[in-house]
Amino acid sequence: MIETKRPKLELLGGEFVERIVDEGLTLLETQGVMIENAEALRLLGDAGAVVDRASQRARLGRKLVEGCLASTPSTITLYDRSGEKAFAVGGDEVHFDPGSAAVTLLDHDTQEERKATTADLVDFYKLVETLEHIHFQSTGLISSDVPAEVSDCYRLYLGLCLSSKPFVTGTFRVEGFRPMKDFLVAVRGGERELRLKPLAIFDACPSPPLKWSNLTAQSLLDAARAGIPSELISMGLTGATSPVTIAGTLVQHVAENLCGLAICQVASQGAPVIFGGSPSSFDMRKGTTPMGAIETIMIDSAYAQIGKFLKLPTHAYMGLSDAKVNDPQAGFETAMGAVLGALSGINVISGPGMLDFESSQSLEKLVIDDGICAMVYRLLAGIAQRDDPIALDVFEGFTPDMTFLSHPHTRQWYRKEHILAGLVDRDPYEAWVAAGRTSIVDKAHADVRRRLGKYDAPPLADPVRKEIDKIMAAYARSSGVGRLPVWEL
Amino acid sequence: MIKDELLRSMNEAIVAGDKAAAVALAADAVRSGADLLEVIEKGFVTGLQKVGELWEQGDYFLPELISSAEAMKVAMAVLEPELNRKKIEARTGGKVVIGTVEGDIHDIGKNLVASMLQAGGFEVFDLGADVKLERFVEKAEAVGARIICLSALLTTTMTNQKRLIGLLRDRGLRDKYKVLVGGAPASRKWADEIGADGYAENAVAAVKLVRTIAGRD
Repeated sequence: MIETKRPKLELLGGEFVERIVDEGLTLLETQGVMIENAEALRLLGDAGAVVDRASQRARLGRKLVEGCLASTPSTITLYDRSGEKAFAVGGDEVHFDPGSAAVTLLDHDTQEERKATTADLVDFYKLVETLEHIHFQSTGLISSDVPAEVSDCYRLYLGLCLSSKPFVTGTFRVEGFRPMKDFLVAVRGGERELRLKPLAIFDACPSPPLKWSNLTAQSLLDAARAGIPSELISMGLTGATSPVTIAGTLVQHVAENLCGLAICQVASQGAPVIFGGSPSSFDMRKGTTPMGAIETIMIDSAYAQIGKFLKLPTHAYMGLSDAKVNDPQAGFETAMGAVLGALSGINVISGPGMLDFESSQSLEKLVIDDGICAMVYRLLAGIAQRDDPIALDVFEGFTPDMTFLSHPHTRQWYRKEHILAGLVDRDPYEAWVAAGRTSIVDKAHADVRRRLGKYDAPPLADPVRKEIDKIMAAYARSSGVGRLPVWEL
Repeated sequence: MIKDELLRSMNEAIVAGDKAAAVALAADAVRSGADLLEVIEKGFVTGLQKVGELWEQGDYFLPELISSAEAMKVAMAVLEPELNRKKIEARTGGKVVIGTVEGDIHDIGKNLVASMLQAGGFEVFDLGADVKLERFVEKAEAVGARIICLSALLTTTMTNQKRLIGLLRDRGLRDKYKVLVGGAPASRKWADEIGADGYAENAVAAVKLVRTIAGRD
């Protein structure tokens, strides 16, 4: 059989990639990076970086950075809650997760954004648990009915109760790391077990240009020491917090992320790291950060290509839209990002469900986007030979009136070759009218209700559940938080 | 009487965002003993007005806006010492305290508003970002500013705009100051809801708003 080609997108030529990396390394050496964390500065200094404690500035030499790159694993295996299902985060494996840390939910009935509550987060987790083409969960919504002091760890706690998928998450406060790690350790049954079978990725964003804050540097240190993969999310805004040219932003991206990678490696050599990001073309009229802009998508594809050149797992925020409702803009921005991200072979693609500049989630959009992901996976599977000869046998005994519908060949291959329509409308016009002229958004809404109705909580061992309940309650108490919301499995 | 062509060059230097030209022209004006208020009002400021028009027309975008504001700032930096020496009041717009509220580090928009206000003749006290609410009050009291401009980019920090108004009220200072709010999550509705004195969607609108509010005093 002829080998099936995996479709691929590469925006940069080899020389360009090397040049950008070279300038990124030079930037680290000459200008350096501000790091607002004394321990990270000290560790980098001990490893040979030129550190000015007063200005909190570290200049990293090439040898240091190259050494750090050499010790960073080029692939990470993430496991589900049970520890049985493994997901390769590396090579050209593609996994989608819902865009994270949204503060509002698009309410289908009112078509307005409203502050998300714990009840919404519960529905979100349940829904994503049922979506076949979204392999990872993310702590995608922030409950407004939970005090800020515990909101980062509460959303992870809730998610672990409701879902068996691996998690993309992160801390909002330095203090949040400890309980979040404790949940993961409890689920795995030990620190060593967690290290061997990571269950969650912790996102950390440098502050453009060229700075790692105390919170995010601390997250890198803590995660590295626990063997928890850190996803580096450089997020330059072209012409505002990074150079206006795409290539210029890529240089900054390399510098910021490699500094983050170095912090991880000096804390714990061999720490798992993902070369990720959420940069954007900055809108020079509105002063906003369009995630659906084609330039944003291009920056993402290109920095991921650079990440692969550096032999690192990759991530991007793609497959999302800046639209405020599920309209054509939401459709095309999401689809373009999802397709181009997948063709770029990006390992973790954060985006499905997301609207309004990464601030809103929509359950209906999650379902629609799952359909987009289904199309993407079909595309990645490429065109296979299937049969040898390809078609000549099918034409055996050809007569002009032969049909293919009843042919055994058709029956044998049609389900493997063509995916199901899902929610996509393929009715003839009259049938569509007769069925009520339903839009895909309305169909998605009905599908959300159906899925939530069918949701069955993946079993979690009683002692484990009790343990994480205990950890959550203790943390809430110690943070001065009274009551936590009541919710149902 | 300053030559028309000189005034036109000053106008053009601002419109082009040409800092070097703006500085040179301002220095020439000082050297030649020209009427500096005329230089400002009929030369440089007309350039700024043109910039505002170009923005409204959709021909000028943020980079042009900020470059022009910066050119204005450097021209004023040359003219101001001379005006002070001659005891002429150049900044007739009034005093404004501006900053991004505590917990929020976003400042691109706020910086632009501060620059444009300064370029527009206001004396601006920019407190930076992540500014504790008490500092806004302290500064305004200390310098005698009547207008406080608050920026917030996050839905989680915009409540600090409401808190600042509450703080003023608690201290019996609410009527002494005009509080204006801005930033992506803010809106006219939000401003009304929290009892602010105004809201502006972008830097050009902000300058207009501040002018209107200051003009009423």
